[in-house]
Amino acid sequence: MNEPLLPPIGMLAELTHRCPLQCPYCSNPLELLKANRELDTQTWLDLFSQAADLGVLQVHLSGGEPTLRRDLEQLIAGLSARGVYTNLITAGVGIAEGRIEAFAAAGLDHLQLSFQGARPATTDRIGNHKGGHEKKLETARRARAAGLPLTINAPIHRHNIEEVPEFIDLALSLGAERLEIANVQYAGWALTNRDQLMPERAAVDRQAEIVAAARERLTGIMNIDFVPPDYFAIYPKPCMGGWARDAFMVTPDGTVLPCHAAQTIPSLSFERFGTRSLAEIWTDSPAFNAFRGTDWMLEPCRSCERREIDWGGCRCQAMAIAGDAAATDPACVKSPIHARMAMLIDEAQRAAAVSSNDEQFVYRRIGVVTEPA
Amino acid sequence: MMPLRERALVSPRSVPSLPKHVRIQYDPVRQAFAVLSPEKVFWPNDISLDILRRCDGRSTVGHIIAELAADYDAEQEAVAADVVAFLQEWSDKLLVKL
Ligand code: SF4
Ligand code: SF4
Repeated sequence: MNEPLLPPIGMLAELTHRCPLQCPYCSNPLELLKANRELDTQTWLDLFSQAADLGVLQVHLSGGEPTLRRDLEQLIAGLSARGVYTNLITAGVGIAEGRIEAFAAAGLDHLQLSFQGARPATTDRIGNHKGGHEKKLETARRARAAGLPLTINAPIHRHNIEEVPEFIDLALSLGAERLEIANVQYAGWALTNRDQLMPERAAVDRQAEIVAAARERLTGIMNIDFVPPDYFAIYPKPCMGGWARDAFMVTPDGTVLPCHAAQTIPSLSFERFGTRSLAEIWTDSPAFNAFRGTDWMLEPCRSCERREIDWGGCRCQAMAIAGDAAATDPACVKSPIHARMAMLIDEAQRAAAVSSNDEQFVYRRIGVVTEPA
Repeated sequence: MMPLRERALVSPRSVPSLPKHVRIQYDPVRQAFAVLSPEKVFWPNDISLDILRRCDGRSTVGHIIAELAADYDAEQEAVAADVVAFLQEWSDKLLVKL
């Protein structure tokens, strides 16, 4: 470690893997956990309390679909009592009457609602859930009526990239403070479906222009956060703000991870909350220390002036594409295998040209066993 | 469909407040004040904190400037420029309501 270990600021709690939708880009692992593997209410509350003691200021309640947890109100109230800022990340489908109001009353600070498309047909097709779009609109209205601040999250890929201007109008019409235009990251189910999801280069360039113009036009009206697609980039993103630097996540069974896809790195093993305290895992877990800071880096990262800007990019992407979790993220132009990104884009375009419909999607479901392409 | 909001511009008569999704909170672990917002946590310096604390939905910008000038024993004009620039930036990011 070449810098002092700081306490974590943020935590993503995947309360459940259950979800009524089946998005083919879902960041959950291919092997989804069933309900009987989920932590119970008291264990989550203990975990949250330890997180607050450790210095966590923000908790993102996610899944799967977190509102499928019947104790969600209780979990929010527990966090709120500790002064932790709570953000509910929901697909907004099938939330029973009165619950959104109950979340607000329990102290929920903010709600983030995903839309698979800006058009009803797209939302329903990508999520593989009929009538989903209408239900989401209703969730947005109810959230606003309950006084909750709202972010609209739009995961972008080949099948909805042309809808970006409509996403902007949709978020405005729903009274959202924030819109996330987030190009999907090829991990989890998105890696399996990469060929189907990869956008065309021209569409990516168009999108960047549209977003830049909208940001300018909507200054002070709506914030637009833009997550550009990695494979088309010159430099990688600072994945999770750096491995185990100021945030972590917890899976439904209490496994504590530095990021979503960390379990795809076979050399690492991860600990579960309960066998050790959160503080011990954060400070001592070998998996957390494996890529912390910059000591683990090889060239070209080691001597690069950007090493504390992007922290060498994504370890899981290095694993998936370079076959070595300690390699420079291939999204970086300085990676010796950066050219492979362009090849993967071309391969995807060819595959998509052959099968232009989405019949080819591997929809996210419990028990569908597939190997990443 | 609700009417489209408009960008707010800071004037001496604006009455700034913190929107519901933003809150100032003392963090005992780091022994500092944090500003919590949907995605980000900010660590304001003393002057920023003094401005944000006065965004109470009652004080006008003019009043805030006068108070800060007195507190810091500084020229009103210099303080005004800083306060207006700060509030405009935070309003543009929807972190302050005008
Ligand atoms: S990405 Fe889709 S399938 Fe995955 S948890 Fe979110 S809504 Fe459910
Ligand atoms: S070489 Fe490493 S540190 Fe430098 S820009 Fe690329 S990924 Fe980032």
